[in-house]
Amino acid sequence: MIRVSKVSKRFKVVSAVQKADLHVQKGDIMGLLGPDGAGKTTLLRMICGLITPDEGEILLMGKPLEQLDKYRDELGYMPQRFSLYGDLTVMENIFFFGSMYRLDRSVIKQRADEILDITNLIPFKNRLADQLSGGMKQKLSLTCALITRPSLLILDEPTYGVDPESRKEFWKILYDLNRSGMTLLITTPYMDEAELCTKVAFISEGKIRLVSSPADLKKSFSYPVMQINLKTRRPINLHDLPGILDVSYMGSKVHVIVRDREQGHTEIQNYLLRNRIADATIQEVLPTMEDIFVGLAEGGAERWNMP
Amino acid sequence: MDRILAVLKKEFLQIRRDRMTLGIVLMIPLIQLLLFGYAIQTEVKHIPTTVFDQSLSAQSRDMLEAFTASGYFDVTMTADSYDVVTHNIDSGQAKVGIIFPPDFAHNLKRGTSAQVQVIVDASDSLLANQAIATANSIGLIKSQQILVQKMPSRQLPYDIRVRPWYNPDGITAYFMVPAILGIVVTMTMVILTSVAIVRERERGTLEQLLVTPIKPLELMIGKILPYIAMGYIQITVALLVGVLVFHVPIRGSLLQLYLLTLFFITASLGLGLMISNIAKNQMQAFQMSFFVMLPSILLSGFMFPRAAMPRFIYYLSDIIPLTYYLDIIRGIILKGIGFEYLIGQVTALLVFSIFFLVISTLKFKKKIV
Repeated sequence: MIRVSKVSKRFKVVSAVQKADLHVQKGDIMGLLGPDGAGKTTLLRMICGLITPDEGEILLMGKPLEQLDKYRDELGYMPQRFSLYGDLTVMENIFFFGSMYRLDRSVIKQRADEILDITNLIPFKNRLADQLSGGMKQKLSLTCALITRPSLLILDEPTYGVDPESRKEFWKILYDLNRSGMTLLITTPYMDEAELCTKVAFISEGKIRLVSSPADLKKSFSYPVMQINLKTRRPINLHDLPGILDVSYMGSKVHVIVRDREQGHTEIQNYLLRNRIADATIQEVLPTMEDIFVGLAEGGAERWNMP
Repeated sequence: MDRILAVLKKEFLQIRRDRMTLGIVLMIPLIQLLLFGYAIQTEVKHIPTTVFDQSLSAQSRDMLEAFTASGYFDVTMTADSYDVVTHNIDSGQAKVGIIFPPDFAHNLKRGTSAQVQVIVDASDSLLANQAIATANSIGLIKSQQILVQKMPSRQLPYDIRVRPWYNPDGITAYFMVPAILGIVVTMTMVILTSVAIVRERERGTLEQLLVTPIKPLELMIGKILPYIAMGYIQITVALLVGVLVFHVPIRGSLLQLYLLTLFFITASLGLGLMISNIAKNQMQAFQMSFFVMLPSILLSGFMFPRAAMPRFIYYLSDIIPLTYYLDIIRGIILKGIGFEYLIGQVTALLVFSIFFLVISTLKFKKKIV
């Protein structure tokens, strides 16, 4: 569906994307992950034809971007920032964007009803977009992006700043779309969402570090992850212990990536004893996407011996 | 076409919900016309005048009477020395000083020239010109009267008969109201459209629009059309004020005025749209609009006659749409002329409209950066 080859883009002195290669196949839910400023939005905008790459080639559905005007209705795009008209109502926005693709009013209305039904926006049809909650705005954006029934949907942090309940709903919709044959390319800052993708690509400093599936990624992660369960929350500092590669704090849980299982376990146990923390348990767990992400963002794929 | 209609509809909905803009569109012609229609008087009457009469004779009183009777000079202060005259003018309490020398009546009786000194505060050139011209003609008329009295049989050698056409009474409002109308329309149109594109860019709404198959020209036309209606609303309000409040006569065809105004509105909208496609943000768009508007007002012939401008400025004013529209609107309203005399001006406005629209369309790229 999408083939990005050796694409680069510089903004004055900042190199936003460097020689990126990305291949999204039909039926994928491809998650593009990376820290802020890694080049995710720039890459998505280039794929949508909103920014011209300095070099490299982008093919959508096998066709070069120069011919995009002929198949724009195959591409749905939901920008990061709410990009609909706040002073138009839900339906006015939908009709406006539908008409841009020369769809009949009746077709727009029928499709809008379908999607609004799924997204529970029917009662808000005549409300001004500005007066919708963050989650509802995102659903409206999605509705507009879907009005042509595209085969490819590109979403830039669609759930950013949306409450967990709405995020869950939103992902359910995305899954349904994917099951009906739609290919999705999505960026997200939430690692739990990365686990929902069928494939993930890590990007940092404008470079795509690796592309894999979440399951393969976890299997190929070559270091054990220890989880410390704390009954009472207290500050602990494990960073300086020998054999500890990375530590991430998740409330009452602490994830510690260690070089060696036995050594790491012993080091942590000794630390807990030294600091008289008696009510903690240590267990080895599968790495979460968060563990992998933090590691990748900090050290790059090489450090973790990854493909 | 259907996409243009959709943009048009969207713009109308947005304008309708933007009470502020709508209010401005309606109130600007109303307030500006009332304000400037009354305030701008190029004919200066009732100039405060101070008099130092050292003659104190029937003759000096008679001359002074001629000055005040003209309506241009109001004697608001008398002075008993040159110093007082100087003080009155320096302080701005008087703009004109009239001084009769002690031998005024004596000279007049003897048949030699009797001098009257008229001091004019020329720091305001419009006022000074008026005062000087009036003082001179009063002198001439009074002289003629005396000459005719002395030689009753003789006719004056010259007889110049001036006929001020189109505005015989020299009413400033007749001249100003159509011009203010033009300024109000061009100002509002340029400012409203100058943010049309750049606002969407700033708010981010352009990003969603750009991934749709809309063509730049469709967007430009869809953006312009609703404001043409705005322009006509403004003109109607302004004309109503002009006719009802200032009693401006509309001598030509109202239909022609409305039809030809279309070219001026599109030229102004095109200019605004071009600014919107060049400006990086709304602030810049506003600044550019003002940068364009000021020369329009000053050089179009609105305040100063183009005939008096230096060559270079005169040609510069050729590239200002308002220049042509002033010809059109003053021509139709005051002179009662029709399209046949205004083909050149209409062509110029048409060229402007197309030029601005083409530049806007070319400048608009379907890209974010």
